[in-house]
Amino acid sequence: MPADILYSVRNLTVEYKTRAGVVRAVDNVSLDIRRGEILGLVGESGCGKSTLGKALMRLHTGPASIAGGELWFDGRDLMKLSEREMPDVRGAEIGMVFQDPMTSLNPVQRILDHLTETIQTHEPEISDAAARARSEELVERLGIRRERLNEYPHQMSGGMRQRVMISLALALRAKLVIADEPTTSLDVIVEAKFLDLLKELQKEFGLTILLITHNIGVVAEVADRVAVMYAAKMAEVGDVNEVFADPKHPYTQGLLKSVPNIRLEEAELYKMEGAPPNLLHPPAGCRFNPRCPFVMEVCRTQEPAFAPVVGDHYASCLLYQEAGMKQERLHG
Amino acid sequence: MAEPKPIANEIAASVTGPDDLVQVENLRKHFPVQSGFLASLLNRGHIPAVKAVDGVSFTIRKGEVFGLAGESGSGKSTVGRLILGLLEPTEGRVVFDGTDLGSLSPETMRRLRSRMQVIFQDPLASLNPRMTIGEAISHPVRIHITNQPDEVRRVVIEILNKVGLAPAEQFYDKYPHQISGGQRQRVVIARALVTAPDLVVADEPIAMADVSVRALLLDLMMRLKEELNLTYLFITHDLATAKYVCDRIAIMYLGKMCEVGPLADVYEYSCHPYTRALLEAVPVPDPRHRRKEPMPAGEIPSAINPPPGCHFHPRCPIARENCSVEEPALRELRPGHFVACHYAEELLK
Ligand SMILES: Nc1ncnc2c1ncn2[C@@H]1O[C@H](COP(=O)(O)OP(=O)(O)OP(=O)(O)O)[C@@H](O)[C@H]1O
Ligand SMILES: Nc1ncnc2c1ncn2[C@@H]1O[C@H](COP(=O)(O)OP(=O)(O)OP(=O)(O)O)[C@@H](O)[C@H]1O
Ligand SMILES: [Mg+2]
Ligand SMILES: [Mg+2]
Repeated sequence: MPADILYSVRNLTVEYKTRAGVVRAVDNVSLDIRRGEILGLVGESGCGKSTLGKALMRLHTGPASIAGGELWFDGRDLMKLSEREMPDVRGAEIGMVFQDPMTSLNPVQRILDHLTETIQTHEPEISDAAARARSEELVERLGIRRERLNEYPHQMSGGMRQRVMISLALALRAKLVIADEPTTSLDVIVEAKFLDLLKELQKEFGLTILLITHNIGVVAEVADRVAVMYAAKMAEVGDVNEVFADPKHPYTQGLLKSVPNIRLEEAELYKMEGAPPNLLHPPAGCRFNPRCPFVMEVCRTQEPAFAPVVGDHYASCLLYQEAGMKQERLHG
Repeated sequence: MAEPKPIANEIAASVTGPDDLVQVENLRKHFPVQSGFLASLLNRGHIPAVKAVDGVSFTIRKGEVFGLAGESGSGKSTVGRLILGLLEPTEGRVVFDGTDLGSLSPETMRRLRSRMQVIFQDPLASLNPRMTIGEAISHPVRIHITNQPDEVRRVVIEILNKVGLAPAEQFYDKYPHQISGGQRQRVVIARALVTAPDLVVADEPIAMADVSVRALLLDLMMRLKEELNLTYLFITHDLATAKYVCDRIAIMYLGKMCEVGPLADVYEYSCHPYTRALLEAVPVPDPRHRRKEPMPAGEIPSAINPPPGCHFHPRCPIARENCSVEEPALRELRPGHFVACHYAEELLK
């Protein structure tokens, strides 16, 4: 694994067993997360973003299971660790921030106690005073007065709770933070401030962040690279400037044009026809083929590879691959 | 400092004319806060209240899309429900097409209500899971249009086709869980529009929809507006979406209106510091874009004890002493563009 890669996901497949059948929510996905980057993971509801995020920590409950793949995190394959070894990785080496932090905070525990206890769970040798000092310092650094640490989670605003979660990841010196829709329930002003904070932390602590969101604007604002998922597959990955300026996958192209942009004069939005498929019965060939304006015959039968188009800008689209090009030539 | 102009101008934001469909005058809605016996003792019988809507005046003109924006808890939905007559105002009044809602008998109110419809954000919550789509849409038809079974079916099929749920006969017998989220929102739209209402209150109508489906839903709503001569009150916290659909827009903060006017003018010449901040905070889907102004400090305070004077003053970058004492009135700074800020001129470049 190259030294600049912190996390390398290889051919990951995650399935949910449901009464109606097996839902493959992540289907043969590969993705690299580079050290020190903010990688934005976007895609529409149900495309598998959260499932992928949880799989990176092997955090699966109920009907979900990892059906295959490798999870290379900082030099080792997490798939080979025992379940007993995972808690040391989860929460400590990999921090988590969810859409609703109330679910990860204890409602009857003061914030300060929660922070110090969590630090002590992962670092048993640390003293109460040191753990407390570290919590206070970080929380203050994130713009919350230390007196407020004596409050319970419900007394804090949504934006503050998100900052508490991030400070916890920092306190444990996490190498990677997975933030799943961290700003979705926040108002735009609080969201803007939280995104500024993420960028500062990235610079100051060299933090690596996987930012899962359905908000294209949020990705444009903070991400260095962007990964676009569609129907459990990776559609496109690349530098954020490149992908926004020159999207390769027709899905990305349509998606970007259908997002309202307050700075544009354009009076109309692009209207992408159709809707994402039901993952119980995904279409054969390329999953986007029923909605694709450039669909070719071959797209209905052959699945595109996820392959580089230019440099390390990847897309899974036959337009850029041998099979598709051959067909293009045939039909002029 | 600019003299806070007298009430005349406040009413001017809601000048009445033959083109007005809705007039909202000095509307207030206070919700008493549940508090224990001890708390009420401490408060000496004074019951604290959430001032959800606290003195709001505006008009909605026939045929326009009037946007109502602001952060969570600013009172947008409460204004919507007051206009629909679903809530009784604590003070002030709503006049719908010349009729004061407060003066109506329940029977007249019921008839008037067929002229106003609502589209909520969550289609699953607003559809009965045990009712087919055809049944759900038939319901308002039977109440407001006709009881004749063939006729009901014809009207429903027609609106299903209009909202793009075709072939309509197929959708008629489906249940909500058998169709996609975007299709469900189309059903909700169809149900709201089938009685050809005059006013539609759309409360975050596309917030739950997928990004790629949103543009289609907006387009549908706007096409039907033209076709059926509708007027929309479009409630949203998304100023980017509002830009594509609203003719005029009002920005709310803690139960009050801080700015209202033609959308293009408000966006181009926003002169309330809060509107400025909101517009600046909207994420822009372009990595080259950088925010220029710093965000205001803190978060929205509680609507139970809002700050005195101008509600925004504790977070305002240009606040001065009098802002914590004197409440600014809405005044007209540009044609049809009203703002409630003592120092708005400073932001008007
Ligand atoms: N517990 C579960 N049981 C069965 N299916 C599930 C479960 N959780 C998720 N799925 C299915 O897996 C797919 C991917 O879900 P996931 O939550 O990962 O999507 P997502 O991209 O995070 O969506 P969202 O943007 O709505 O959060 C969906 O089609 C969903 O229906
Ligand atoms: N029935 C009620 N009883 C008590 N308080 C209420 C009630 N309805 C609304 N509120 C309060 O009134 C204030 C305004 O709420 P409202 O729902 O109108 O805001 P909103 O602008 O629509 O917010 P959002 O963007 O979150 O939908 C909030 O503080 C809310 O908690
Ligand atoms: Mg998710
Ligand atoms: Mg609301």
